[in-house]
Amino acid sequence: MKHIRNFCIIAHIDHGKSTLADRLLDFTGSVTEREKQDQLLDSMDLERERGITIKSHAIQMEYNFKGETYVLNLIDTPGHVDFSYEVSRSIAACEGALLVVDAAQSIQAQTISNLYLALENDLEIIPVLNKVDLPSANPEEVTDDIVDLLGCAPEDVIPASAKTGIGIEEILEAIINRVPAPEGNPEEPLQALVFDSVYNPFRGVETYFRVLNGEIKKGQKIKFMATGKSYFADEIGTLKLVQHPKQKISTGDVGYLITGIKDAREVKVGDTITLTDNPSTRPIAGFEDVKPMVFAGIYPVDTEDFEELRSSMEKLQLNDASLVFAPESSAALGFGFRCGFLGMLHMEIIQERLEREFNMTVITTVPNVSYHAFTTKNTQEILIVNNPSDLPDPSTLDRVEEPYIKATIITKSDFVGNVMSLCIDKRGQITNQTYLTPERVELSFDMPLAEIVFDFYDRLKTVSKGYASFDYAPIGMRVSKLVRVDILLNSQPVDALSALVHFDNAHTIGKKMCEKLKELIPRQQFDIPIQAAIGSKIISRETIKALRKDVTAKCYGGDISRKRKLLEKQKKGKKRMRQVGNVEIPQQAFMAVLKLND
Amino acid sequence: MSGIYIHIPFCKQACHYCDFHFSTSLKKKEPVLKALKKELILRKDELGGATIETIYFGGGTPSLLTTDEILDLVGTVQVNYTVIEDPEITLEANPDDLSLERIKTLAGSPVNRLSIGVQSFFEKDLKLMNRAHNAQEAKQVLDWATQYFKNISIDLIYGIPGLTDQEWQENIRIALASGVPHISSYALTVEPKTALANFVAKGIVPEVDDEQAQRQFLQLVQELESKDFINYEISNFGKAGYFSKNNTAYWLGKSYLGIGPSAHSFNGTHRGWNVRNNQTYVKAIEANELPIEIEELSVKDRYNEYIMTGLRTVWGISLERIANEFGHNYAKYAKMQAQKYVAEHLLFLEDNIFRATRKGKFLVDGIASDLFMVKL
Repeated sequence: MKHIRNFCIIAHIDHGKSTLADRLLDFTGSVTEREKQDQLLDSMDLERERGITIKSHAIQMEYNFKGETYVLNLIDTPGHVDFSYEVSRSIAACEGALLVVDAAQSIQAQTISNLYLALENDLEIIPVLNKVDLPSANPEEVTDDIVDLLGCAPEDVIPASAKTGIGIEEILEAIINRVPAPEGNPEEPLQALVFDSVYNPFRGVETYFRVLNGEIKKGQKIKFMATGKSYFADEIGTLKLVQHPKQKISTGDVGYLITGIKDAREVKVGDTITLTDNPSTRPIAGFEDVKPMVFAGIYPVDTEDFEELRSSMEKLQLNDASLVFAPESSAALGFGFRCGFLGMLHMEIIQERLEREFNMTVITTVPNVSYHAFTTKNTQEILIVNNPSDLPDPSTLDRVEEPYIKATIITKSDFVGNVMSLCIDKRGQITNQTYLTPERVELSFDMPLAEIVFDFYDRLKTVSKGYASFDYAPIGMRVSKLVRVDILLNSQPVDALSALVHFDNAHTIGKKMCEKLKELIPRQQFDIPIQAAIGSKIISRETIKALRKDVTAKCYGGDISRKRKLLEKQKKGKKRMRQVGNVEIPQQAFMAVLKLND
Repeated sequence: MSGIYIHIPFCKQACHYCDFHFSTSLKKKEPVLKALKKELILRKDELGGATIETIYFGGGTPSLLTTDEILDLVGTVQVNYTVIEDPEITLEANPDDLSLERIKTLAGSPVNRLSIGVQSFFEKDLKLMNRAHNAQEAKQVLDWATQYFKNISIDLIYGIPGLTDQEWQENIRIALASGVPHISSYALTVEPKTALANFVAKGIVPEVDDEQAQRQFLQLVQELESKDFINYEISNFGKAGYFSKNNTAYWLGKSYLGIGPSAHSFNGTHRGWNVRNNQTYVKAIEANELPIEIEELSVKDRYNEYIMTGLRTVWGISLERIANEFGHNYAKYAKMQAQKYVAEHLLFLEDNIFRATRKGKFLVDGIASDLFMVKL
């Protein structure tokens, strides 16, 4: 056990976490040339394209230091706020963390919140100043920032460049010397923390765990304490670039487990694995059932594809347990699903995976958060509203509560004014303002989660010229004055376009929605009135003028090819439209409310 | 049954709306003419011995060529291709090139059809479009041409900013009074990268008004149809026996050979287009190479093209032809997609053929697109 080191990497997106991981694997000889691929740890295509690690993984390296061989388990963490629970479990599986900070960009909000998580879990922090080779690097100043933040000595900060290999040896040495070896009692009943799981279409769910106490042997009957389900440990092993099956995984070590589970929902991150004979009595603290934060309807573009969509969603859920969905029907869109996501990025990923992996063209409706409604009939009974159309009639409505978050934003002092007015515009209340350094300010706000869903990130980026980082954590429900804005096309309400908004913003949002829809819905052969309404009161109106002529004048030998291609493109666009009543609505119009300020 | 199109890539001056390929410098006229003749010879076997029924000089401004130069090109076709006895030979001509003398010489040549770029009989319109002729020349030329040619077409443009419905009515009246049996008429279209597009962007010329263009098209159809013209293609009106044989070939999917820079060719399954540059064109031909890019049309592409061009014409789209040429699935699909438009009275079905109604004519682009077969 004294030769094991378990560590993770805390870094902001683009600060070089994946490159550093690659370099460590390289340096310890854990990767052969043939296996080399940029950003090894990100295995989904989508992850590599977006340059973010969506699902965390783990990898084991061996490193010879002063004549002794050490086992280094690197536990990778996702880098997006949507996946913060998974990050917390990965951190709980480690004794140390590399805090990677970009020498040009310094510390970001995401890094700080993960760092606090690591400190809460008593992890040894090794600060690494990455990208020191870049011309824009500002090592002295950023080192000062790190020293201020951690209260460490400037010498403790390791200058490195994951790209060129500077500092890699020093990092490995620091991991061995500074990160404590795991503690735990091999004699106690088995307690292993599930920090991740991955779905393998051939072998079922692979569970990644860290043994805290006891040991696990191949073939033993094990039990997940939270779900209460038991399985046989068909295969256990350690994770290198490929899996290495083993007979047992001992106290302090990290490994994988295959039991033939076919449904990702049966393995919950944060759960405790124990043995059915001689079980542990205490589950490892910190387990939570992950709850979706954002909800949206997903509908097939072609109503006939509903069953196919269901089967695609079911398959997706097998390997993404955080996706939840239930069938719903919309007067406008027919049958579809109300889906719950961890956040907006997660929603985009699901939509993209449906298109790429299952060839399903879908319509995603305006996302919303989960509200609590109370009626005058029973003012204590919570009605959960995950869909604007479920909001009870205003005449019977007592009050509505919406989820609030604590938002943490770090920005340059120049942009404090801009960021504040954005947050206030988004119904935020400032709770704290701290100067981390003379140039860098941390702002805290209490804000409705719903406001984050609606074009917050993009506007934050704009008002801060990109120099703002953002993180949030839920802080419970608060009463709000919310109303439902409905949209009518051709005098017919389109339920899929309804949105719950704060009363004070309702008129502005209604007006902007009408304008945006006018822009997005193509002209058709008749006038299409677009109206926004609260209840029976129309608050805004626009008209899409009828299209009476689209034919182009000339079509001779030289025009035919070009014209055909143009009309083919038009047809493709049309195939992605959804007919509601007699109006054809393009896919993106259903998300119009998110782009009101473009 | 084939046609040959010869592109003459020269103009005196650039019309502000034009996006065809041309040069306003005549310095390269000699080498281009040589290359055109050579290309005719290089490609003589391409049509597989099909008989040539039409020869069409388009441009550019083919009337910039001397009658001898035109005869030289016609001769090259006659020598190298099988040509029917009395082919339709069309020359696109601008009014300013057509003196009485010139018309007489042309009338004595094998050229038997003139397509005259009149565009408008109003000075302000011609100025706005930067045409090389004036209103007087436009009227005069018709008087002369009709004395020596029976088969004449004129071009008229509607929807020009500032063209009132009364003025448009007057343009139609003058055209009809001249006795020409064919009129091609186009809505002014702002093509990208033209002077007109630039003027519109800068606000010098107001935007083209859709409603105006639509009204004026309707005026045109009503007037011409009442005078025995048949609107046999969206932009083309002819009396019986005077339809353009050359252009009809494009819409019915017949094969044609396009000679000259930027010219397009089609052999039933492949479409090719020559490079849009006079110098590159000449150099390649001199080196015995064809400066052509070719695309093969899939069954789906050909079906889509048939729908697109067919719906524009009086011949419509025949379900029988679709079934025979492209397959029963295509015919079924077309019929299914067309239903909605029949219900809206934009298409009508007669003898298993779909045609556009008068109202539908304005919308055939969208309708065609909707009948297209595409993969997502």
